Amino acid sequence: MLTLTCPVCGVDACETELAAGGEAHLKRYGPGSSDDQFEEYMFMRPNVKGVHFERWRHAMGCGKWFLAARDTATLEVFGTYPAQTLEPPADILKAIKAKRPDWSLT
Amino acid sequence: MRKYSAFAVAREAFRHHKGWERAWASPEPKSSYDVVIVGAGGHGLASAYYLGKNFGITNVAVIEKGWLGGGNTGRNTTIIRSNYLQDPSAAIYEKARSLYETLSQDLNYNIMFSPRGVIMLAQTHHEVRGYVRTAHANALQGVNTRFIDKHEVKKLVPIMNIEGPRYPVLGGLWQPRGGTARHDAVAWGYARACSDMGMDIIQQTEVTGVRREGGAVSGVETTRGFIGCKKLGVVVAGHSGVVAEMAGFRLPLESVPLQALVSEPIKPCMDVVVMANTVHGYLSQSDKGEMVIGGGTDSHNNYTQRGSFHHVEETVRALVETFPMLSRLKMLRQWGGIVDVTGDRSPILSKTPVEGVFINCGWGTGGFKAIPGSGWGFAELMAKGHSPLTAEFGMERFREGRFIDESVAAGVAH
Repeated sequence: MLTLTCPVCGVDACETELAAGGEAHLKRYGPGSSDDQFEEYMFMRPNVKGVHFERWRHAMGCGKWFLAARDTATLEVFGTYPAQTLEPPADILKAIKAKRPDWSLT
Repeated sequence: MRKYSAFAVAREAFRHHKGWERAWASPEPKSSYDVVIVGAGGHGLASAYYLGKNFGITNVAVIEKGWLGGGNTGRNTTIIRSNYLQDPSAAIYEKARSLYETLSQDLNYNIMFSPRGVIMLAQTHHEVRGYVRTAHANALQGVNTRFIDKHEVKKLVPIMNIEGPRYPVLGGLWQPRGGTARHDAVAWGYARACSDMGMDIIQQTEVTGVRREGGAVSGVETTRGFIGCKKLGVVVAGHSGVVAEMAGFRLPLESVPLQALVSEPIKPCMDVVVMANTVHGYLSQSDKGEMVIGGGTDSHNNYTQRGSFHHVEETVRALVETFPMLSRLKMLRQWGGIVDVTGDRSPILSKTPVEGVFINCGWGTGGFKAIPGSGWGFAELMAKGHSPLTAEFGMERFREGRFIDESVAAGVAH
């Protein structure tokens, strides 16, 4: 069973305690943006088989949102980090690089 | 190809069954084809079959990275129904269901279509209202369904406890000509018919790239070399995003595993298919006697082909309340298939930004039932550039806000 450490309250939460929130770091376009940009934000997902950055909510715990880096093929978790982050932090990238040397952030 | 018949069985019985031919050939790939279809599952093979049968296009290769029908075609719960709310969905699923009726004769291959009837249980008042509405919509669409009360449900399924404390059965949407078919046989039957028309089915060959020249497709790179083509059909379900990336475009899809499990075989006890969408479980009895149980999808994207274990518990817990006798059964096997889910829970059958590349994906949690209709429409789309069956299912509908929203309509189990 998938277990993630909530960076807010520090609890190791199993997936029955969590609610998945989809891909993280989506770029949200403001007023005046084009249909293409809005489609990109609303629907288009890389749907990667491999390293995936995603949103989670500790729904049955502290209730807070946080972010995680996880491999969608193996379910390996590289780390979790606060939701108030615009891009994956350096320590998470380092943890991923340590296990996936060929991987790069696109 | 020698036809299968009662006479053939008798003939072979007299000569120690030495005269059976291979059902399909396994040729070396040619250097190029008119049409290459990626993915030899039900949808890919059906698309190839109707390209040949309806449009006379037989210079076709179907490329499969694993073995034929080894993906979701072999992992579903074999349910066939067409009781959808929205008109475009009802049209393509009803086309599929009606083709299933005579598919065994058409393919000369017994796909064991069993129109035993499908009930979608209403276990909340919200569901009752929803299914009454669907029954009215189906009447207008020419799909034979009706809403039945709980006593009729009990009569059809005596093993059901309709007075459960948590989820009492209030009625159901009944489609008498829905049912099941042998899922592997659907893939095998189409493969045999395609091979007979001279198409090449190339297994154990993975597509590793899509070659383009001037914005149009010119062929695919594979683990067995380059194969040229004028048109490319991508029919790879959960891995659609991976192949789309090779062709240089993105899809509005997310992949999750959908689970199923089967019990030990028992004597016949239920001769219809029951779906209970409120509790995320559906149930039918296979010809071998196993209770085939469909469960839920994972909440988070992944490609593990097994699914989270707690969904098994949730599904079984809910079904045991409605079917108390299941509590004594041992479960034999559990598995997951990677389903590609779109934002509106409806499929994508579409042209793509790359000229000559067509995509058939996004069938999500309910693709098996649609195989013949999907193949029929997708073949027409590839051959003629448009098809009335697929017109509403273009990938541009997300951008334009023309959803075919079966998610809210609960036409799908989700």
